[in-house]
Amino acid sequence: MSDTHAQTVAQVRDTMLPPAPPPRRETGAIHWLRENLFSGWLNIVLTILAIWLVWTVLSGFVPWAWRGIWGAGSLTECRQIRDQLYPAGTSVACWSVISERWQQLIFGFYPPGGYWRPPVALAVFLVAVLPILFTDLPRRLLWLTVAAPFLIFFLLWGGTIWGPLTMALGVVLGGVVWLTGRRTGSPLVTLVATILVPLLFWMFLAKPLAAELAQLAPWGLPRVASKDFGGFTLSVVIGLSAICLSLPLGVLLALGRRSDMFFISKIAIAYIELIRGVPLIVWLFTAQLLLNYFLPRGTNFDLMLRVIIMATLFAAAYIAEVVRGGLAALPKGQYEAADALGLDYWQAMRLIVLPQALKISIPGIVNTFIGLFKDTTLVAFIGMYDPIGLATAIRASTDWQGIYWEIYVFIALVFFIFCFAMSRYSIWLERRLERSHR
Amino acid sequence: MSDAAVPLGAVPPPVPGEVAVQITGMNKWYGQFHVLRDINLTVDRGERIVICGPSGSGKSTLIRCINRLEEHQTGQIIVDGTELTSNLRNVDKVRSEVGMVFQHFNLFPHLTVLENCTLAPIWVRKVPKREAEETAMDFLRKVRIPEQANKYPGQLSGGQQQRVAIARSLCMRPKIMLFDEPTSALDPEMIKEVLDTMIELAQEGMTMLCVTHEMGFAQAVANRVIFMDQGQIVEQNTPREFFNNPQSERTKLFLSQILGH
Repeated sequence: MSDTHAQTVAQVRDTMLPPAPPPRRETGAIHWLRENLFSGWLNIVLTILAIWLVWTVLSGFVPWAWRGIWGAGSLTECRQIRDQLYPAGTSVACWSVISERWQQLIFGFYPPGGYWRPPVALAVFLVAVLPILFTDLPRRLLWLTVAAPFLIFFLLWGGTIWGPLTMALGVVLGGVVWLTGRRTGSPLVTLVATILVPLLFWMFLAKPLAAELAQLAPWGLPRVASKDFGGFTLSVVIGLSAICLSLPLGVLLALGRRSDMFFISKIAIAYIELIRGVPLIVWLFTAQLLLNYFLPRGTNFDLMLRVIIMATLFAAAYIAEVVRGGLAALPKGQYEAADALGLDYWQAMRLIVLPQALKISIPGIVNTFIGLFKDTTLVAFIGMYDPIGLATAIRASTDWQGIYWEIYVFIALVFFIFCFAMSRYSIWLERRLERSHR
Repeated sequence: MSDAAVPLGAVPPPVPGEVAVQITGMNKWYGQFHVLRDINLTVDRGERIVICGPSGSGKSTLIRCINRLEEHQTGQIIVDGTELTSNLRNVDKVRSEVGMVFQHFNLFPHLTVLENCTLAPIWVRKVPKREAEETAMDFLRKVRIPEQANKYPGQLSGGQQQRVAIARSLCMRPKIMLFDEPTSALDPEMIKEVLDTMIELAQEGMTMLCVTHEMGFAQAVANRVIFMDQGQIVEQNTPREFFNNPQSERTKLFLSQILGH
């Protein structure tokens, strides 16, 4: 190179540049509109099309819903009121069916005196899951979580208070056996005793004990039979039970599927593929019709319980596959680091692997939960009165024969509120856990 | 390559006769591939060994066999008096005595630096939480990042993460430390801070097995350098002899390639 380049090639900066703010953007509503809605011919056409579409839907639905008639006693009455108020041929909603029958849609055939019980049970449930969902709450609240299932059972089904209490006592017994055994005996004996003692207690002692206590102090709530559950109470009880039970089962299945142990992994695979390969409605019919064939003669296994078990088993297979994806996405180094530190399998899973794998799986898990919750409407086909089953019944009654949209719009709205809440929670949780990036 | 200018005299000598790791006639296969062939190696307590060799020579596999992240098929590995077999209790015992530092750090991203360091002492050693935290802070000070204790690993630089990984291992108070290419994934500017930490550890008499290509480190602290090729130990010697007077042709070629630029 010649000397002329010497100046440009070698360079030394003696002052460093301070950071400068970025250039100011053009702002304002008109700029935004032009940028986002009318930036080119295609965009303009799509914008107009979209506005037309939204207008068509809303211009039909909003006046229909807004002018809706409340307070009529039957569809005929509704139509009379409509003809008085509006010119002939106007289509308006008849919300009277909701104001007349909302209690039935929500509580089914639950005794009206006990209408306070399902909402209180739901509140107990929500409070009980709070310490699990929001980890920064005081850990002491977890005691409430442990007690909640018994309290919820008591609130919903009623009976004397001693039934749920003796059940809870069995759990306490198991805990005591576990704690004393862990200090003194061998781990295997402790484990077997921890499972056996509560089981024996429940099988032989719990019932007579509860009966004795009930004679001494007959405290309790009026009993409600499972067949009286209906409407959203039924959907929520089945849905939330299955959601809560299917997550741990699904996690265990996912771990089983990835296990090194031949039979465990093959059993998990067979289970998952069998359950996923058959439609839920078939499993529900199985629960309704066939399960009794397999059980000992004379056992009358509650249909609702059977449905909860089936929905749980069904959802668990899906959860297992979602969680397996999360487990597979975790780098191998995480497993190795946990091993190298001397953590045993369950410690490594609980402390290192699952917290990360479940975080990755949150969208899929919530998606499965939302699907499961909506699928509870399928129980209408096995003769249970969930909102869909009740809608059919209401539409068959003489007062409301011929009504279509109003009931289903209401049912859709309630389902939407539940599902949207779950979706928002999952988004919030994802953001909160987004503290590390790989 | 960084020059770790620590005089050899500063490093305490190993304790002869006290065996930390004893490997005899060990073989390992990946399927049909014979990855480790007839390995015989005795490591005394306090000895510092650097293992080098071309990639695929089995050096990482060898040290991963010592805490059974990899299983060997034949031969014997005795670590601190415990033989590694399929007996899981022995495996967990050995793992809690042997610390390991990985090439890619493998910190737990969902836990803070402090939680990374206290997790294993609390759950494996059953140390009370308060005490585990104090120990962890001591070791974080030792690797010179106590101020990062409440951050998450993702917020630290590579060199800082690797130093946390070293502190995490030390919190278990291991008798032996394994290093699997601890500086290979680091930017050049960060290699020195990690090597300095490792040198300090060596000066305290820790038994160390390091797979590394940092020859400056090997010369500064190693008692022995082992050269591996094709799953075998080809040559081992003191660093001085190894670098100045290599015996085998394969070693000479390797040294000329890594030092000749």
